Amino acid sequence: MADPAVLATEGLSKSFGALKVARDVSIALPRGCRHALIGPNGAGKTTLLNLITGALKPDSGRIVLDGEDVTSVPIAARVRKGLVRTFQINTLFPELTPLESVTLAVCERERLTGQLWRALAAQKDAIDEAFAVLTQLRLADVATRPTRTLAYGQQRLLEIALALATRPKVLLLDEPAAGVPKDESAMLFSVIAGLPEDISVLFIEHDMNLVFSFASHIIVLVAGGVLTAASPDEIRSDSRVRDVYLGHSAHV
Amino acid sequence: MTNALTDPQKWIASRSRWSVFEIVFWLAALLPFLLFPTYLTLASQVAIAALFALSLDLILGYAGIVTLGHAMFFGIGAYTAGILSARYGWGDPITGLVVAGAATGLVGFVASYLIVRVQHLALLMVTLGLGFLTYELANAMSWLTGGTDGLQGVQMWPIAGLFRFDLWGYAGYSYVLAVLFICFLLSRRMVNSSFGLALRGIRENTKRMPAIGSDHRAHLRRIYTVSAVMAGLAGALLTQTTSTVGINALSFERSADVVVMLILGGTGRLYGAIVGAIIFMIARDQLAGINPQYWYFWIGLLLMVVVLFMPKGILGFVARLAGRSSDG
Repeated sequence: MADPAVLATEGLSKSFGALKVARDVSIALPRGCRHALIGPNGAGKTTLLNLITGALKPDSGRIVLDGEDVTSVPIAARVRKGLVRTFQINTLFPELTPLESVTLAVCERERLTGQLWRALAAQKDAIDEAFAVLTQLRLADVATRPTRTLAYGQQRLLEIALALATRPKVLLLDEPAAGVPKDESAMLFSVIAGLPEDISVLFIEHDMNLVFSFASHIIVLVAGGVLTAASPDEIRSDSRVRDVYLGHSAHV
Repeated sequence: MTNALTDPQKWIASRSRWSVFEIVFWLAALLPFLLFPTYLTLASQVAIAALFALSLDLILGYAGIVTLGHAMFFGIGAYTAGILSARYGWGDPITGLVVAGAATGLVGFVASYLIVRVQHLALLMVTLGLGFLTYELANAMSWLTGGTDGLQGVQMWPIAGLFRFDLWGYAGYSYVLAVLFICFLLSRRMVNSSFGLALRGIRENTKRMPAIGSDHRAHLRRIYTVSAVMAGLAGALLTQTTSTVGINALSFERSADVVVMLILGGTGRLYGAIVGAIIFMIARDQLAGINPQYWYFWIGLLLMVVVLFMPKGILGFVARLAGRSSDG
């Protein structure tokens, strides 16, 4: 049987001293999936993202991207292979404009940033592509304002725009709607739902309404380990999930 | 409020277009020939300091690399040019300049592998340490460098075989200004390239760079090497226009002064380096004339006023005022 997963982790473990932040985590993301990663605070969701993207080195286990073991590949090289993330806390370029920021991401992808003597204005394709990405994410109107002056919700969208400009195969979204008011977060998720179908998306999200409306599959992480991974309907009726996680939540 | 952008390419191009101010600025650089012919030697010193500050702006202003040891490259360039003449009898200025640039570039390239591994305080200490190492090496190798006595016997041939370095500094200032202008043009081209954009990305958020697939350390190594070359050229120009090299070319004071110049003028705008150098050098010339012992007092005061009230430097402050008046 062929493995349909674009991204798979196999027995990922990581400890900080006596604290086990990841226990034998094995997950698989099929092509074009919309998976949610949920779990109570401190369950190790962001840690898992850091392990997958290379910000942290696992103590044991493997990360396989498109059949290739990328466990020891540096962060930037993983991004160029299509494994890309966004950040829970805006990690943008405050003084650059969105147009410049996204153009930069496109230029890095196309290896154009090694060109010291060619004017940026001459990188016409990169600029047009950047503007197309910004338009797609409804940021065209603010494309030429410094990023620091953008509304918070627009900055969250720019997080995603930067990631999209790298042409990801797998997109890991760390609480894309963190800090965004409820009415805006639905809009943000509709943008996420509209991402190209061939991109596999894994998102961390606390709002169960959003999780159940946008995820086709839910991975529940508790104390660094995978409790269960199943469809939203199964998760909804899983008593263990209720006990450790949803029991605390008023949303369900 | 929001003006819909119709042509993003045009907007990017407009960011790097030459302004009238720039043309006026460079024409004004010719004024010393007419207005202050007795100050051409000072003008040369200012232009050399400006080139040195420009080299610093490339790494500090654009890529965010803070250094307290940049005199290392200035000094290596100065000594290379000096030693070529004093020890090997080669006094041709232009080839001497090229050799000095190549030598500092080589040292800068090797040092860059160390520099990109550290940040913040560690970076300051590493650059400071490299500066001290170079200083004491030059001091110890007095058979080559002349040690604390300085390198004697530097003699420069006419520039391109045609223009003799004259006592009044006509040839000297022309030569230095030409090199400064060429280096400025190259710098301007570089910071307005996609590479320059990547440098600004590093300055704005180093953490994000790998997350957009950037091998940002390679960018840093490159710009550090370019900056070293330019600092080396500045040092070589000082040797060639003054026919001597002292150990102070490598001193910590020189490393600190160039940071002060850049901060005064404003980082990350190229012209800030030049304006800062002009202000610093002229202030030093005037203040040292009044009281040679305590002139750093005034530099200290000026530095604090600028940092506290003009966080983007004097040029940044002027640009903001100009922007405000054109808005209103």
